Amino acid sequence: MSSSTFSSSINAIKPCFCTTKNHSLNPSSIPTSSFFGSTHKLRYNPLTANSPSFFKKNRQTHIVAVSDVKQKQQQLKSTPSLGNLLITKEEGLEVYEDMILGRSFEDMCAQMYYRGKMFGFVHLYNGQEAVSSGFIKLLKKQDTVVSTYRDHVHALSKGVPARQVMSELFGKTTGCVRGQGGSMHMFSKEHNLIGGFAFIGEGIPIATGTAFTSKYNREVLKQADCDHVTVAFFGDGTCNNGQFFECLNMAALWKLPIVFVVENNLWAIGMSHLRATSDPEIWKKGPAFGMPGVHVDGMDVLKVREVAKEAVERARRGDGPTLVECETYRFRGHSLADPDELRDPSEKAHYAARDPITALKKYLIENKLASEAELKAIEKKIDELVEEAVEFADASPHPARNQLLQNVFADPKGFGIGPDGKYRCEDPKFTEGTAHV
Amino acid sequence: MAAIFQGLGAAAALSPSNCFDSNKLHLHSRRSLSGRKASFFVVRSDGSVNFASNSRGHKAQQLITNAVATKAENSAASTKAGHELLLFEALREGLEEEMDRDPHVCVMGEDVGHYGGSYKVTRGLATKYGDLRVLDTPIAENSFTGMGIGAAMTGLRPIVEGMNMGFLLLAFNQISNNCGMLHYTSGGQFTIPIVIRGPGGVGRQLGAEHSQRLESYFQSIPGIQMVACSTPYNAKGLMKAAIRSENPVILFEHVLLYNLKERIPDEEYICNLEEAEMVRPGEHVTILTYSRMRYHVMQAAKTLVNKGYDPEVIDIRSLKPFDLYTIGNSIKKTHRVLIVEECMRTGGIVCLSSQDVPTPYAGTLEEWTVVQPAQIVTAVEQLCQ
Repeated sequence: MSSSTFSSSINAIKPCFCTTKNHSLNPSSIPTSSFFGSTHKLRYNPLTANSPSFFKKNRQTHIVAVSDVKQKQQQLKSTPSLGNLLITKEEGLEVYEDMILGRSFEDMCAQMYYRGKMFGFVHLYNGQEAVSSGFIKLLKKQDTVVSTYRDHVHALSKGVPARQVMSELFGKTTGCVRGQGGSMHMFSKEHNLIGGFAFIGEGIPIATGTAFTSKYNREVLKQADCDHVTVAFFGDGTCNNGQFFECLNMAALWKLPIVFVVENNLWAIGMSHLRATSDPEIWKKGPAFGMPGVHVDGMDVLKVREVAKEAVERARRGDGPTLVECETYRFRGHSLADPDELRDPSEKAHYAARDPITALKKYLIENKLASEAELKAIEKKIDELVEEAVEFADASPHPARNQLLQNVFADPKGFGIGPDGKYRCEDPKFTEGTAHV
Repeated sequence: MAAIFQGLGAAAALSPSNCFDSNKLHLHSRRSLSGRKASFFVVRSDGSVNFASNSRGHKAQQLITNAVATKAENSAASTKAGHELLLFEALREGLEEEMDRDPHVCVMGEDVGHYGGSYKVTRGLATKYGDLRVLDTPIAENSFTGMGIGAAMTGLRPIVEGMNMGFLLLAFNQISNNCGMLHYTSGGQFTIPIVIRGPGGVGRQLGAEHSQRLESYFQSIPGIQMVACSTPYNAKGLMKAAIRSENPVILFEHVLLYNLKERIPDEEYICNLEEAEMVRPGEHVTILTYSRMRYHVMQAAKTLVNKGYDPEVIDIRSLKPFDLYTIGNSIKKTHRVLIVEECMRTGGIVCLSSQDVPTPYAGTLEEWTVVQPAQIVTAVEQLCQ
């Protein structure tokens, strides 16, 4: 994508970063001195309701929605032209297709789960597509994505074929990790998808490590062209975990090429973000560690994309990490095992009305970037692709016995020397998977 | 880095506090505020003891002599060729050779860089290789261990130092879930050629937290290998082998063995990560041990020999997996086995082990916590009756 195409978009991002800055300096939100002798009063939030309006009240950042931007543009020019649009037709269609893929794939997962085709904990991404598509579609193949247990859609956005992801969920040998990982452990070396991490927070240090490798390759191994960026995704619940803070510190300290993306869907299973976090504005922790912190509407893919572009380029330039908080919402329970009885129906309805896919569709059509027919064609194509993924997964073989002892060690000598003096991995029974190790 | 041996009879005659109070010390325990004192004498792995021979040592001290009669030491200690160095220097030499050999090899951990490591294993390396290859990390074990794993998955070969093995409890999630399992859960796509190493074991009155043996904690993690070094020779050889391995390897060092001195070959060598080391061939009983307990066992072996027994002593060295060939052959020969380790009794691998108590601070209690040579002698006598 050429930089000239996006010059206006890059400008559009600036207010967002500025908002952050201004906010940090806003005396009403930050005490003039929080140190000795401060008269700053502790703020008490009566957490009487989990309502979205409460959350909004406590949010002091300004979230720019697509419609706001559009209105501004229309004030500038009566007819939209490419120069004012936030996205080109090609990009718009690519992002739309990716979001539709994410949504359709997850809906199919729910069906397959209830039909007994997949088991275990399956965490669906519905509602959060703007974050995955907004960030990952801007990345190069060499860039690294580190995900969480809600990782199917990150994998799809990064280019892992849907059939491989579905097959993995079916526990089949054609899955992206040969049926050895399952829903929460998606990896693809080819696409630089590094997890899939099933526990909270543990992917962040790994992401910090992959970003460290980029820096090491450039500065120690003198690979001047190595400008790979790592994007680490995680949720609001993780932002109360030490690994998050520890890695913000290290990444800022060493100016690592990484973007920390918080998908704040307001709920850590059944724990409301507001009940768990002393200051719910997560983006503020960026400046505390010496990196920009940005708050963006995570239900608006175009805004996410603008922020992502700046943050990724910043990392690529060697200017260090950025913390981006995307305020989003999951349309389903925490996992398919979650009856989702706790969250307030009005809260769910509030966010359902802000469906990121509907919003993008509206933007594309209103700005004549795509016709209804074009978008329908994409939806049909994706339906077929997801159907095909299911057929592929269904028809694929279960792992054979000989897979049992594979991939435990990269060097199978790690299984050691048997009583006969030979390495156990040399035993034919080892290869068959029938050896007792 | 204090005394290696507590003498069988001598331990009673000499109080540890008299024995070890005169020297300065460079052991730093970050989580306890005070430094501690220790002596700097060296004990050769063949059992002879040299005092005050290193530059930081002060005056020669009263010795607890525990020289052990060994039939053979299979390292190069007895040859005139080679060069003499202390165990921590051997580790450093191995590290440096591998860093020279492969620019992807890097070190990260607390105080490994400018400070040179709390036990000086990385001394001078930051100056030679720069701050990125020898990376001083903030005190954030779980995260910098995870960072090492992420770096390993993307092409580097990091050596992560736990300033004290006990600190790695804070990194347990990374070691278990990510180090141990990511190769598997990624369907074999990503390898994790990382070395996690550091000092552990019961030192000299370091208190409960700094005296932990984590072997049994790590034992059940799939996908990792574990080795324990016990001599300068095998320390260097195992370090180099661990760095070259495609598998994640935890290398256990012992705080009381860093100043062991030995002559090692000048030419390059590596040790086999999966092989046990025959320390003393014998006929009557197989004694399996590792790390510092090797010296307690050899001390007991001297007594046993005087009493007419001929024990076979094997330093199992590879704690995961076990070398069943060497161990099995020995047991087939002797039909008796005694296992001596410093790890805890419950959940350990053995019959003679430390008591199931937090390591006490008081010297006497601490001593009674860990297996002593006299117990080994008694156990062998019972086995051979």
